[in-house]
Amino acid sequence: MGYVAVKGGTLAIEESLKRIKYERLKGGTVLDVRRIEGGMRALVDQVMSESSLYSETLAALALKQAEGSPEEAVFLLRAYRSTLPRKHYSRVAKTSEMRVERRISASFKDIPGGQILGATVDYSHRLLDFDLMDETDEEAAEWVRGFQEELKDQPPAAGEAELMKVVDYLIRQGLMVRREDDDTEPDDVTRRSVTFPASRSQKLQILTRGQTGAVTSLAYAVIRGYGVSHPTVGELRVGHMPVSIDDPLGMEGDEDDSYYIGEIKVTEAEMLMSASASKEQGRKELAFEIGYGLCYGQNETKAIAMGILDHSLEQGDGSLPTQNHEFVLFHIDSVESTGFMSHLKLPHYVTFQSKMNDVRKTKGTVKPEETAAEKTGEVQEACT
Amino acid sequence: MHINYNFAFFDEGSKREIRRATLKAIAIPGYQVPFASREMPIGRGWGTGGLQLTLSLVGREDVVKVIDQGSDESVNAVSIKKLVQYTTGIETTDETAEATLIQSRHRVPEAPLREGQILVLQVPTPEPLRMYEPSEAETKKLHAEKEYSGAWLMLFEQIMNYGSMTTGADHPVLVHDRYVMAPSPIPKFDNPKLDASEALILLGAGREKKIYAVPPYTQIVSLDFEDHPFEPESFQGRSCRLCGATGVFLDELYDDIGGIAYFQCNDTSYCLDRMNRQTRDEGVGSR
Repeated sequence: MGYVAVKGGTLAIEESLKRIKYERLKGGTVLDVRRIEGGMRALVDQVMSESSLYSETLAALALKQAEGSPEEAVFLLRAYRSTLPRKHYSRVAKTSEMRVERRISASFKDIPGGQILGATVDYSHRLLDFDLMDETDEEAAEWVRGFQEELKDQPPAAGEAELMKVVDYLIRQGLMVRREDDDTEPDDVTRRSVTFPASRSQKLQILTRGQTGAVTSLAYAVIRGYGVSHPTVGELRVGHMPVSIDDPLGMEGDEDDSYYIGEIKVTEAEMLMSASASKEQGRKELAFEIGYGLCYGQNETKAIAMGILDHSLEQGDGSLPTQNHEFVLFHIDSVESTGFMSHLKLPHYVTFQSKMNDVRKTKGTVKPEETAAEKTGEVQEACT
Repeated sequence: MHINYNFAFFDEGSKREIRRATLKAIAIPGYQVPFASREMPIGRGWGTGGLQLTLSLVGREDVVKVIDQGSDESVNAVSIKKLVQYTTGIETTDETAEATLIQSRHRVPEAPLREGQILVLQVPTPEPLRMYEPSEAETKKLHAEKEYSGAWLMLFEQIMNYGSMTTGADHPVLVHDRYVMAPSPIPKFDNPKLDASEALILLGAGREKKIYAVPPYTQIVSLDFEDHPFEPESFQGRSCRLCGATGVFLDELYDDIGGIAYFQCNDTSYCLDRMNRQTRDEGVGSR
């Protein structure tokens, strides 16, 4: 009789997949993707931002499949994104053209155009609203009707007009140096791996794709003391931004021939930091510098944190972790960090056997024939 | 919204890009070619570098074998094989000799590879100098200048501290007298198999975004010293409990009841093949 190998892997995987499906469904309810899209806006936005794929519907689908785990949902979307051919690059989208829904400045009380609070939880008390336990679709629809009725009587929001940027105001006052627009073609980090020192476009892309928690933590480290700078929110905007692409057949760069393909919701943070600038004859003066953050969706903490890290990385003192390009940019990606963490769950029998061989060799004594009890002690030692 | 995936998962443009990086890697043996690593449907660190190579290379005529830790039936091997099969519909095999494309984690198969076969190794940390230089910008310079004293020093310090080199799996090698290369975490035991290999060996690191290669018949030398020669893992005096093989990489297993260690081929397909042969030969003999 021939030897029959134990076919463990295939069966085990099938059973495990069945199990995970069971865990998702055992409550007896099925989540509607449209409900996730409608009711989990913050999570959908976060997932879109970290996935760098703008699709509320696909983000909602990913969240359903991932049972609400953002890291898993981002993973699903990024993998799907890999299969999409890159057909066009959009024209430069201008945030000054944003249809603003929310705009605040922590620097100026009286910004031209005014502060627009928009939708924010910042001033809500974080008390659990137990009424939401029994909220129904009908009640919700009725409330929305009432709200829309109220809106009718109001004058059009200031956000409809093009709003001046706070930095322009600073520049006009001579408090900030006007930088030339840098129109060099950005490096696409998803098409070419990042090089060091990283270009500004590489930094900004990796920061905006970064895991919200990681970006926030590192930015927190900056304002707490690691390469400290004290930032002020110059301007924070949330709104919709038009995106257009060049006519693939027409003249490149001709704006009149470009196609409007839709709009994306973004959060933009312009952080102001004061920094000393050297003048002639060793004289110094203070000036404002900017840290920039832009990400998909309404994602304010992340955009602010991104702005702080952008400025920190521009300083580029490699001895500070928060200013070290490699340290920050290599470690904030959700898919990369969680992937490598989870790979530790894979068997490492071969490498461990190899390590054991080394450990034994340096000890020069222990042989594998010894009793299991002794052996366990040995292995534990090798693990530490 | 129902979507069908492309043949071998990627869009054609991506496959082409990865193949171009691969060609460059083959042209400069041991040099780590940066590439725009794509996010994959399996975890970063679970073999995405190898999988990107496999998917960019696989054609309808190919026969794929996937090994993880020496086993075709290990869950990760099965999972990767499933994905390749799901997105391509091509044939898979457990037999090393039958495969045209072999993706492996941590092992070079025991059965010798031949011309025309491609071995794809999954690499977690492609940078052999990372142990003593955390910066990518710096290690790139060191490679460019062929400045490898750090690597030798690292081995020297191990000898000073422990009396022998303690590189575990992933003992650095010198490729064709030019680049020092991390042979992925294959055990030292497999290092000699890379030397003058008849098959093309490709190494892919997805998370670290690098592809590198050992073209056929390339000289590979494991770093060592005259008075401390390179020593692979030793299984002296031991043999496989199932097929009796010696001179192969063995897994050390424990008998719960007897509390005794025993050994078994790590390469399960090799072991199975040997056992099947033995059974066949016995069958012929007893008739």
